Amino acid sequence: MADLGRAALAVSFGLALYAACAGTYAALEKRRRLADSARNALVACFFSTLVAAAVLAHALVEHNFSFVYVYQHTSRDLSTVYSLTAFWGGQEGSLLLWLLVLTAYGALVVMLNRRLLRDLIVWVVPVMGAIATFFSFILVAVASPFKTQTPPLDGLGLVPSLQNPYMVAHPPMLYLGYVGLTVPFAFAVAAMISGHTDERWIVATRRWTLGAWMFLGFGQILGAHWAYIEVGWGGYYGWDPVENAALMPWLAATAFLHSVMIQERKGMLRVWNMILVALAYELAVFGDFITRSGIVNSIHSFAQSSIGGWFLGFLIVTTLFSITLIIWRLPLLKARTKLESALSREATFLYNNLLLVALCLAILWGVLFPILTAEFLGQARTIGRPYYDFFLHVFGLPLLLLMGIGPLIAWRRSSVRALLKSLRWPIGAALVAGAALIAAGAGSSHPGLIAYTFSAFVLTTIVVELVRGTRATGSLMLLIGRNRRRYGGYIVHAAVVLLAIGIAGSSAYQTNVERTLKPGQTAKVDGYTLTYKKLETIPTVTESGKQVETRALLGLGGRAKGTLATSLINSTLLGPSHAVGIRTDWLRAQDLYVILEQQNANGSIIFQILVKPLVNLVWLAGFVFLGGSLVALWPDAAEQRRLVARLALARG
Amino acid sequence: MTALVLGAIVAVAAVVLVSLPFLTGTDDDLDVPDEAAERRLELMDARDRALAALKEIEFDHETGKIDDVDYRRLVGPLRRAAAEALQAIDRLAEEDLT
Repeated sequence: MADLGRAALAVSFGLALYAACAGTYAALEKRRRLADSARNALVACFFSTLVAAAVLAHALVEHNFSFVYVYQHTSRDLSTVYSLTAFWGGQEGSLLLWLLVLTAYGALVVMLNRRLLRDLIVWVVPVMGAIATFFSFILVAVASPFKTQTPPLDGLGLVPSLQNPYMVAHPPMLYLGYVGLTVPFAFAVAAMISGHTDERWIVATRRWTLGAWMFLGFGQILGAHWAYIEVGWGGYYGWDPVENAALMPWLAATAFLHSVMIQERKGMLRVWNMILVALAYELAVFGDFITRSGIVNSIHSFAQSSIGGWFLGFLIVTTLFSITLIIWRLPLLKARTKLESALSREATFLYNNLLLVALCLAILWGVLFPILTAEFLGQARTIGRPYYDFFLHVFGLPLLLLMGIGPLIAWRRSSVRALLKSLRWPIGAALVAGAALIAAGAGSSHPGLIAYTFSAFVLTTIVVELVRGTRATGSLMLLIGRNRRRYGGYIVHAAVVLLAIGIAGSSAYQTNVERTLKPGQTAKVDGYTLTYKKLETIPTVTESGKQVETRALLGLGGRAKGTLATSLINSTLLGPSHAVGIRTDWLRAQDLYVILEQQNANGSIIFQILVKPLVNLVWLAGFVFLGGSLVALWPDAAEQRRLVARLALARG
Repeated sequence: MTALVLGAIVAVAAVVLVSLPFLTGTDDDLDVPDEAAERRLELMDARDRALAALKEIEFDHETGKIDDVDYRRLVGPLRRAAAEALQAIDRLAEEDLT
């Protein structure tokens, strides 16, 4: 069956290349049938890639070790679900998933818009085709998942940390996000090449961008939870280069989703929006590059490989292409109006954009710095958490504040008097919250105190907005139904507040101690009593190797009852990993988090014990974010009708 | 052998799908907006922006974000902009008819 997979990928490559070349020729010569043929090639490319993906999935489930990829990433004792998740557990499989998602997006977007935006689609097809050509070429010529060998008896197995339910959903979510950013990029490029830079491309791609942004955001929360329960270092986000690689395009896309509203309303920021779309896409490709090249040291990255050079080349070409296009079309992208006042909704969006992009670039510099120092100084100089935390405070806290101010300012112009009137409730709530927190002893961390106070400010703004809007329309449901985009956005703002509270609570106010205990000894931490009861050693021998799990059992007292287990797992093939012990106290919204750090020769164990207040709000924020995004994403039939009518009228 | 047959089916299906537009239909002109259509689209953008802004200002006024003085100052130019765009669209339509 490997032959079928190889053949299907070769067909995908041919179809993508045809869509790119024939599509470009058809658009230049205005040849309808050739353009339709190129469009069909993009659709067919999805189906041939689907065949290739089905071949690999079948081989994984069947443990067909004649496939080198299956041998390297699965074993006979692996369950069917995790055998399937091995699809994205390695370099070649995840590349195939990337191509599958890319061609699926391509096929969907051109079929759904083929009549409505024919003048743009005719250029979207070759752009998507060119991108698919690159990925299918890599799969055909550089990193094929269909390499074969004489089948061994068993495979090497999947890394234990990837054998987790979160790994079933987290990578595909991220891929849907990363790859989804190709759609607005392709439309932006199409609008610039065709010269049709009116607002239709923005209206047509808004939901695609929102969808990609939602997947990327929710995927990151899933990944954070996976890191929290599986990696065992006591946190959920370590400013790891690969984690940052997902955060950066998300930040750029967040800026775009805000600034695009200014373009729609005032015809401003047209160049800026093109830059943001290109930046978001290039950052997604950059993320792919650093994950796959092995250029950075990360638990998330794939092994060092020759594939990095190809991605770097692709990144450079697409970046130069985007810059050239934007410069070429500058006269067409001139703003039609000016900012009327520094005290207006669009001005706050502008400030929000500057902060988001500044944070994004600060993170990018943090990721690039070790790479550049390794290249030019011969030794990689890493940038640690204090650097990122500093910029998160400097740019993130004002962003949080702006989320509370922006919705209360009117579009175009707002008087100081009207603004102060609108702000009285949020300011009052923030002052009361701040005073209460200081009284409760939360003043020990200034960033934490500021984050909580600003969070109270933003939450009150959202409530004020909902109350005022409901009074004006007479019904909350009617209010949300009339402007799902705005109120979906407010729900997302509420999610960001929950996230801020969760992050501030679990980092600024956490307890983190190390205790060395012998059996029978007790440690007291933040009202919890932990008694080290016994140690169990559980050896497992499978066809794919040996594994020894050293499990410590702790008796709990004080604020928690029962027992808690935490393990250190040593695998001959896959190295050491942790299984942390977590006890959630829903009443106090905090976690007791215990890591088996080290087993000493004298029989004692070093435990790292953390108490993380409000950490569960981070996960809750993920679901609220998802809900808000879905509200904003919900199809708007009236908007679709307007688009159709506008195009019909334009054609006379 | 099965792989070979399936591979051939994939390739043939792809070729058929790609060739389909050449086998059906005769019109080969790409239907893209001409200059007049571009102008109409621009005017419609301007009209929609003005109408949407008017709607927003009404709502902001109702919810107290804009006071009466600001409301009166903002609403006039927007109404004029919407009217101008509508008149320009009508003029273009009349020109097309003649």
